[in-house]
Amino acid sequence: MSGSVERFDEKARAAFAHRGRTVVRRGELLRHPVYTRVLHWTVAIFFVLALLSGFAIYSPWLYRWLTPLFGGGPRTRFLHPWFSLAFTIAFAFQFVNWLRPMRWTPNDSRWMRRIRAYVTNSEKSEPRDVGFFNAGQKIYFWLLGFGLVFLLITGFLMWFDDLTPRWFVAISYVVHDIAALALLAGFIIHIYESTAQQPGTFHSMIDGTVTDDWARSHHPAWYEEVTGERRQRENESE
Amino acid sequence: MQIQEISAHPGPVAGQGTQRAPQVCKYIDVTTCIGCKACEVACVEWNDYPFRETTFNNTYQTMPSTEWNYWNLIKFVEHEQDGNFMWLMRKDQCMHCEDPGCLRACPADGAIIKYQNGIVDFEQENCIGCGYCISGCPFDIPKFNPHTKKVFKCTLCSDRVSEGLEPACIKACPTGCLHFGTKEDMVQIAHSRAHQLKTQSGFANAGVYDPQSIGGTHVIYVLHDITRPEIYSGLPANPVIPPSYTYWKWIAKPAALVMAGLGVLAVFFHRITYGPKLPERETEELVTEHPDEVDAGRKEKP
Repeated sequence: MSGSVERFDEKARAAFAHRGRTVVRRGELLRHPVYTRVLHWTVAIFFVLALLSGFAIYSPWLYRWLTPLFGGGPRTRFLHPWFSLAFTIAFAFQFVNWLRPMRWTPNDSRWMRRIRAYVTNSEKSEPRDVGFFNAGQKIYFWLLGFGLVFLLITGFLMWFDDLTPRWFVAISYVVHDIAALALLAGFIIHIYESTAQQPGTFHSMIDGTVTDDWARSHHPAWYEEVTGERRQRENESE
Repeated sequence: MQIQEISAHPGPVAGQGTQRAPQVCKYIDVTTCIGCKACEVACVEWNDYPFRETTFNNTYQTMPSTEWNYWNLIKFVEHEQDGNFMWLMRKDQCMHCEDPGCLRACPADGAIIKYQNGIVDFEQENCIGCGYCISGCPFDIPKFNPHTKKVFKCTLCSDRVSEGLEPACIKACPTGCLHFGTKEDMVQIAHSRAHQLKTQSGFANAGVYDPQSIGGTHVIYVLHDITRPEIYSGLPANPVIPPSYTYWKWIAKPAALVMAGLGVLAVFFHRITYGPKLPERETEELVTEHPDEVDAGRKEKP
């Protein structure tokens, strides 16, 4: 990532932190600052709008159900590319914001090998080396990133269908579907994991904080990192 | 006219198969067309569109291709064969395929309709303007109107045919190279004309264009050379519908949708079966203060 992009991200983070507020109580840690939360929910809103308007046109079995949400078929067709563009732009900011913690490490490959234990809840807490994001979250992030590239290219070919021969449009149609379905699969898991499956996680995206226990159980390495810093600060101030 | 098929319509089509309707067909004898363009004028007049600006590109052709409000266009090709010059004048319009690619591709319920008699018609009030039909059509016929965001094409004068009249272009043709009737009759006349061209006019390759790759069409041609339909301004020898709009749309997509539904069920039952991941408290606290919270099935930390 180039320096200027990083500097922009820092600036935006500082500006949002200045205007917004995150209350961290005793026994809690700051997980998502204001800027991250605003980005996440902007991405989420446009993702859901793009998903619903896209799936309205995806299948004859959904057409009559979903098009009324957007004011009928023609309006759905008109809005879908704009929702998607808004989603893309919002995600671009989020991509920059999270690129650093989302970097894939050898620990993540190791995490993937024990995914069965993660899915069946057979271990009480995460391995000691799980940092700010675990490998599953990283996969969803990169799935969105790469999926978006495919969606964007094929989407433009379908939007401006006179630019390329009809076979391009026909192939785009399939690629667009596959990418959207992959995102949908990730989306279902994402919502489940962050709400019903792991209590306390949804709160971190609303109020920005998690409990110490939550951090120690789900992201031990990150917990060690921030509490280590905290201890150091406390020691220094004493 | 009874409806046989409706685009993107889940479930049965009302009225389907309740009536026997003769299959209609337009037969165009390319070999006797003189390129007078009476059919073009008749089409625009009957459908009540104002004349659009024409484009001159060094041929006699009115414009490069059909347009949203110009559904019928004679394609002029200056063809040379064995040192001889030939005018190939093919009346281009919707072919009214038996297996219409536009209808297969269309995602909007009721925007494209196929009647029992074979006519494929667009219902603009249901059209969402996505343009999939354009990429589904092997003949490059549906055209997008950027102002109304709707797609238009030749209706085979469904409004006239339903009243027992022939299409406007047929009525206007002065040479009799256009015919309209049942598919059976038209195919028969076309074949006898092709036979005549072969035996009496020296066109050994003369034949009838009724491509079976899309189940035949309700507009058929007699060509001087059926082995090379491409020379007639790009008439495809083997028109096909992209598989995206057939296998993918009607098999893979619903299957994927079912999988997505199962995925939602799966996470729900995962929660019921495996329970949540609760944040673990400090070990000593857990044992001393809440011994009843220790899950017997889980290994405790040493």
